[in-house]
Amino acid sequence: MSTDTATPEAASTADRPPSPAPARAPKRRSWLGLWFVLPFVAVYAVFMIWPMLLGLYYSFTDKSLTGRPVEWIGLENWIEAFGDPAAMDSLWNTAWFTILSTPPLVVLGLAFALLAHRARRLGWFLRLSFFAPFVIPVSVVTMVWLWMYQPAGGLFNHYLGEWGLGGDHLWAFQQDAMGSVVVTTVWWTLGFNFLLYLAALQTIPAEVYEAADIDGANSLQKLWSITLPLLKRTTALVIVLQLIASLRIFDQYYLMAGGASNLATENVFIQYIYNSGFVGFRIGYASALSYILFACIIVIALIQFRLLSRRED
Amino acid sequence: MRNPPSPPGALSRRALLTGTAAAAGLGLAGCGSITGGIGGGTTVKQWNLLAGSDGAIMTTMHEQFMEETGVDLKATTFAWGTPFYTKLVMGASGGNAADVATIHLSRLQSLSPSTLLDAIEIDELVDAGLDPEDFTPDIWDRCFSDDRLYAVPLDTHALVNYYNRTICEQAGVLNPDGTLLETHGVEEYFDLLRAVKDVTGEYGTSLDTNAGWRQFWAWYRQQDGEWIFHEDGFELDDDKALNAIDTMWRMADEGLCPRISDGGATAANFENGAGGLVQVGNWEITRFRAFNEAQGLDFSMTEMPDFFGNRRTQGDCHAFVLPRHNSWNADVRKATVDYVAFMLQNSFQWGAGAGHTPAYLPVTDSPEYQDLEPNAEYSGVVDNVQFDPDVWFAGSAARLPDEVGRVFAGVYSGANDPETALAAIKDVAQTMVELPNPID
Repeated sequence: MSTDTATPEAASTADRPPSPAPARAPKRRSWLGLWFVLPFVAVYAVFMIWPMLLGLYYSFTDKSLTGRPVEWIGLENWIEAFGDPAAMDSLWNTAWFTILSTPPLVVLGLAFALLAHRARRLGWFLRLSFFAPFVIPVSVVTMVWLWMYQPAGGLFNHYLGEWGLGGDHLWAFQQDAMGSVVVTTVWWTLGFNFLLYLAALQTIPAEVYEAADIDGANSLQKLWSITLPLLKRTTALVIVLQLIASLRIFDQYYLMAGGASNLATENVFIQYIYNSGFVGFRIGYASALSYILFACIIVIALIQFRLLSRRED
Repeated sequence: MRNPPSPPGALSRRALLTGTAAAAGLGLAGCGSITGGIGGGTTVKQWNLLAGSDGAIMTTMHEQFMEETGVDLKATTFAWGTPFYTKLVMGASGGNAADVATIHLSRLQSLSPSTLLDAIEIDELVDAGLDPEDFTPDIWDRCFSDDRLYAVPLDTHALVNYYNRTICEQAGVLNPDGTLLETHGVEEYFDLLRAVKDVTGEYGTSLDTNAGWRQFWAWYRQQDGEWIFHEDGFELDDDKALNAIDTMWRMADEGLCPRISDGGATAANFENGAGGLVQVGNWEITRFRAFNEAQGLDFSMTEMPDFFGNRRTQGDCHAFVLPRHNSWNADVRKATVDYVAFMLQNSFQWGAGAGHTPAYLPVTDSPEYQDLEPNAEYSGVVDNVQFDPDVWFAGSAARLPDEVGRVFAGVYSGANDPETALAAIKDVAQTMVELPNPID
C-alpha cells in the first residue's frame, strides 16, 4: 500500500535533474520509492526471509550448532519429528494451552470492553486497569505471579489456607504448571482483546440503540441482537489473533515452568524447539519442528482468511 | 484486498540481494571493532556463569586484575547452567563470543572443542607464567581434546557437608574439638540425623531435593558404581543405583530431610536452623559466612559423609576456555592469557572466599592455604571428587543430570518409589543414547 502512494510521487520527482536514483538504471523514475522501503526490506530479508529459507534447507540436513560439516539427510528429521513422543506431547501441550486460554481471553475481553464502554465516570479507570497489565514486560509478570503461586508463603496459598480451602497447597494448580500459566496469561494479555473490542464498540452508531429503545427492547435484547452481531467481524479477528498468539506460547511458560532451575517436565512446542536447537545443538531437527508449527499456524490463518473474505462478500 | 499493480521497473532479485548484503555488511562492520581496545587500553571480554555467591569473589579479583594490569576487563555473568551454555555455544558458533569464558570441565567435550573453542598453546601459558606441572595430572589431562589443550582449570568444587555447630553440639554429635563425628554407613549417619532432628524439630539435613543428581552420583560412586555409555545403550548397576535411590527415599520418608526444597530454601533452612546439616556445594560458604556476620551462624564444613564405605562426592572443576574467534587481535589474546594466569596465581582468595579448592598447585601447596579454615577440614574432597559420566549429554547442567534430577525430586517428594525412579532414569538415559549425537 505504501508503494502505491510512493510510486506516483517518485514518478513526478524523478524527472528533476538532481535525482538520487542511480544513473545506470534505465527506468530512473521507478527507483526512488524503492529506496524508501529498502531499509525495511533489507532487515526483513536478512532477519525473516533468509532465516526462513535457511531453516527449510536445514530441516533436510543434520546441521549442528557446533559448526561441523553439514550433511543432507533427506526426510529423516521430519520422520523423527512425527515419531518423537516428546515433540508430539509438547505440541499437544501447546494445543491444550490454546484450548484453555483462548475462550477466557475472548469472552473476558468482550465482557470487560462492554463494562468499560458502559461506564460513564469510571470509564478511564476501567480502560487503564484492563489494559495496564498488557504493557508490563513478560519477565516482570512471571516473576510477580511466581511469587503469588509460591507453595509456601505465596499469596494464594496463604489465603487458601486461612480460609480453610486448600491447606498449605495450591489446590487448583497442583497437578501441572499449565493452569497457572493460563491464568497468568489471561491476566497479562487480556488488554489487547479488550482494546480491539472497545474500539469496535465505539464504532456502533448510537442511533441503532435509540431505535431499539423506541421499539422497547431491553438491554439483554440489545446486547444479543445488536451489539454481538455487529461485533462479529471483530470477534472473528480476535479469535484468530488469539489462536495464533496462543500457539506461539513460549515466554511465560519458559520463564514460569521451563528454566534450568525448575523441575517441570512438560514443554510447550516452541520450548521443545528451543531445547532441541539451542540447548541440544540440533539445528536441523529444530528447523523441521519449527516448520511443523509454521504449518499449523498457516492453516489457522487461511481459515481466518476464508471466514473474513466470505463475510465481506 | 487487491494487490496494487507492481510499480514500474520492479526491483530485481539480484539488485535486492546486493543491496541487502551491502546493508548487512555495514551493520556487521560495526561489531568487529569493539574488542580491539579503545584509547590504547586493551579490552578483554569475559563470560561466566558464577551467578552464586562465588561470583562476588570473582568480581573482586577482576577489580584487582584491572588495577594491576590496566587491562579493561568486561565480565558478564549469565544465569547458571543451560542459559549460560546456550549463550556460549551460540556466541562461539558465530565466532563473536567473549574472549574468555568459564565452564565446567565436565562439559568440555559436549562443547565440541574442535569447532567451538580455540586451542591454547602451552607456550602462551608459559609466557604468562604458568606451567603444566602446576596442575595435578588427572585434572590437567581432562583439559585436552584430540591432544590439544582447550581449557585451563581454576578449581575443584564438590558437595561437602556443612554442619551447624550450635545445633550439633546440643545433639551430641560433635567431637571434643568441635568437629563433626565421623560416621560409617547409612545407618550410622541416619542415627546422627535423627539426633539432630530431635534438636531442630524439623529436619536433620536440609538437602537440595532439586539437586538429586549430585547426591545420587556421590552415593552411587561410593559403591564403585559405574555408568558407562555406548553407541546404543549403557551399563548401570541396578542394585547399587537402587541403594543410592533408596537412601534418598528413606531420608525423606522419615522426615530427616525436606520433601521439596530448592537451592534457596535449602540454604535458608540451614541458616535458620530448620536443618542442622546440609550437603551442598562448597560454594555456599560465602552465603553462610555473610549470614554469620549478619545474624550469627556457627558452622563448619567437612567432607561428604561415608554412606557406603568411603567419602566420595560429586564434583567438577571450573575452567577457563577461549571461545572460537573469527580473528584474534594479538594484544587481546595476550591480555586474555594473562588474565587466566592472574586468576590462577591469585586463586588463594578464590579458595578462601568461595570455598573452592584451587587447581593451581603453588597455591594449594602453600602453607598459608594449608592452614586455611574451614578449607583444611574438607581438603580431602580433591581426591574424592567424582566427575559425571563421560558422554556428550552428561556434565554439570547437561541434560542427563537435569532430567535424572527431576526423577529424584519425585523420590524426595514421595511421588516416585525407588523401583519406579530406577526405571524412569533408565528410560531417560536410553532416550538420550538414542538421540543423534550432534557433537561428533
